[in-house]
Amino acid sequence: MLVKTPVGTEALVAFERVTKSYDGATLVVKALDLTVRRGEFLTLLGPSGSGKTTTLMMLAGFERPTSGHILLDGAPVEKLPPEKRNIGVVFQNYALFPHMSVEENIAFPLRYHGVTGPAAKEKVDKVLGMIHLEGFGGRRPTQLSGGQQQRVALARALVFQPKLVLMDEPLGALDKQLRERMQVEIKHIQRSLGVTIVFVTHDQSEALTMSDRIAVFSDGMVQQLAGPTELYERPANRFVAQFIGENNVLPGDVSTDGRALRLAGGAVVLLPAAIAPGAVEATVRPERLQAADRASDRAIRFPATVREVFFLGDHARLTCEGLGVAELSVKMAAAEFSVLQPAAGSSLTLAFEPEAIHVLAR
Amino acid sequence: MSSLAEPAHRSLRAQTFRAALPDRLIALGLVLPALLFLVVTFIAPIGALLMKSVDNAEPAAVLVETLPAIGAWDGVGLPPEPVFAALAADLKAAQKNRTAAGLGKRLNYELPGMRSKILSAARAVSKIETPPAGGWTEAITGIDPVWKDTQTWSVLQRNASPVTAHYLLNSLDLTRGPDGAIAAVPESEAIFLTILGRTLFIAAVVTLGTLVLGYPLAYAAAIAPPAVAATLMLFVLLPLWTSLLVRTTAWVVLLQSNGVINDFMMRLGFTSEPVQLIFTRFGTLAAMIHIQLPFTVLPIYSVMRQIPQTQLRAARSLGAGPLSAFWRIYAPQTIPGVSAGCLITFILSLGYYLTPALVGGATDQMMSNFISDFINRDLNWGLASALGTVLLLTTLALYAVYVRVLGADRIRLG
Repeated sequence: MLVKTPVGTEALVAFERVTKSYDGATLVVKALDLTVRRGEFLTLLGPSGSGKTTTLMMLAGFERPTSGHILLDGAPVEKLPPEKRNIGVVFQNYALFPHMSVEENIAFPLRYHGVTGPAAKEKVDKVLGMIHLEGFGGRRPTQLSGGQQQRVALARALVFQPKLVLMDEPLGALDKQLRERMQVEIKHIQRSLGVTIVFVTHDQSEALTMSDRIAVFSDGMVQQLAGPTELYERPANRFVAQFIGENNVLPGDVSTDGRALRLAGGAVVLLPAAIAPGAVEATVRPERLQAADRASDRAIRFPATVREVFFLGDHARLTCEGLGVAELSVKMAAAEFSVLQPAAGSSLTLAFEPEAIHVLAR
Repeated sequence: MSSLAEPAHRSLRAQTFRAALPDRLIALGLVLPALLFLVVTFIAPIGALLMKSVDNAEPAAVLVETLPAIGAWDGVGLPPEPVFAALAADLKAAQKNRTAAGLGKRLNYELPGMRSKILSAARAVSKIETPPAGGWTEAITGIDPVWKDTQTWSVLQRNASPVTAHYLLNSLDLTRGPDGAIAAVPESEAIFLTILGRTLFIAAVVTLGTLVLGYPLAYAAAIAPPAVAATLMLFVLLPLWTSLLVRTTAWVVLLQSNGVINDFMMRLGFTSEPVQLIFTRFGTLAAMIHIQLPFTVLPIYSVMRQIPQTQLRAARSLGAGPLSAFWRIYAPQTIPGVSAGCLITFILSLGYYLTPALVGGATDQMMSNFISDFINRDLNWGLASALGTVLLLTTLALYAVYVRVLGADRIRLG
């Protein structure tokens, strides 16, 4: 039904120096440069008020940029009304039309795209099959569960083969289990159709699960644009480091030759490549900290004092004092935990592999 | 198994009922004062007034002996002597008790001129002390030729019943002919259907007017930021806090020949002499639309406020232009509010009295005005009640059609 397009590097959408201000005093979006590649699943991730939804609404055509250009397929679209952009949008609360049946909802865009009669019926049936809602066509949206409504909204945004589908926190209203199932389902549909999706969420695990690339928004700016792994392993700055997953931020000093990092508390880490000397911040993930006796010979060891212990079944979470940090978070596997039995107030030696250290850009 | 389960099940039901009983009693207790108040001040008086439209107490109260006696009369020729004797006795009593006028007035509705005939007959009969030699037949027919007319007696016979359809028929421009068959009244006397039609028409125009003015207003308020919406709705509600009489009087000031509007138009040179605005249909409509506007706007506004704006956005993104999106997505969802608002305004407009009386044309009055006239001026409570009944039934019928077409759940106040 839809033409499969491989994920490429060709830009489908380009934001060029786009700004947006509602009140003429503060900028909600500051000088945004962002490209969306054809066929990719790009997530705009950020806390509320970071400008991600405004960016999405400007792309959909509901908000006009204060300055700058938005190119769709190479042509500027800032002045084009939403209905002329050929972009499907899935809204947070689905925005299904309550006075129309599921079938009528899905068929709604078709008449505006020149598909009528049996051809429209066929497309609707096909899409209903794709979202596993065969036989639900005659129902009203209010007779469907949240997950089913979500799928209908998705089908409606896909049925007219738009260039691009935008999703504004579409899973926010679902419970955790359903949300995780829908994440996988949306990802499957996106892969099989090869459709380009720009997805907005404030849930970092959702972003990591679904995206080809993630643009982390904060304060009206893109802090980092990268794939999930890179974003997790090599956050560009302190905000990204702490927003994506849990992280320990460690104060340190880079030696004058730029090859060694001395952390507070004395541990020294050799850096893979030379960087500018001086005071820096480095990060280490809680799951990369482990008990010293289990670590490899290359691992860097340091003493720590346990402050608090939380047992969570498959793992335990310790809050320790060490590496010059008062609240160092450690995620310990259950097996290791049952052997060590660390108690609050006790001392132990922890360790990390040198690669686990990531120096944040200054 | 089931024989064991059955009593247990029943006792569970009894227990549930007993457990819920205090709550139900409390609920009943909460409703009771308002219910009693409504019964005493609203339902009972309306019921009593509706009864008046078929009430036929006067003939039975005055013609105590005549009516039983005339029951057996076959309607051919004059009734037999005992009927005349009974009438004489009744008229004597009526003269003594001063009830002849009431009877005369009542019979006058059906036989014009009967009021004076009854009064003169009662006076004449009272002067005859003993039964006359030629019998009461000769004596009474001698008073006035009307007593020789079979129609007079058949009207009397027809009114033996304590209820009459006369007023209701009359309020629909119908009457019983001499032979008792229902027929249209002569064209020169037919006024009530015209009045009913006029009342319905004015109510419909007012409803349409408030809708045309109110719908965009409600929409503007629904999509406006909360502070602006609150201000807009304040202006809509403001008139509701002012007395109806004050608002209507304000319209008199505006509309009169040397009033604000005429003054303004003459200064601007649109017209050289005052345009007749007050005491016209235009005056009635303008004032009524103004007064009814909040009633139409409020339900529409409250329904509109619940329609998420993202629905219009969704429609736009799916390819619909702004007008198409509004018409196909937004407008259909406002129908419950439009229904409720229009229904309230239409029904309230049907009963308008004060405003048409003060700013409307003398020959352009609505139903309520005539009801009031029949009660206050003509003391014809029967006809007034019958007109009220017709108005009530028309309203109920329209409501029934409405519910049937749209469904009761499609009417929502918010």
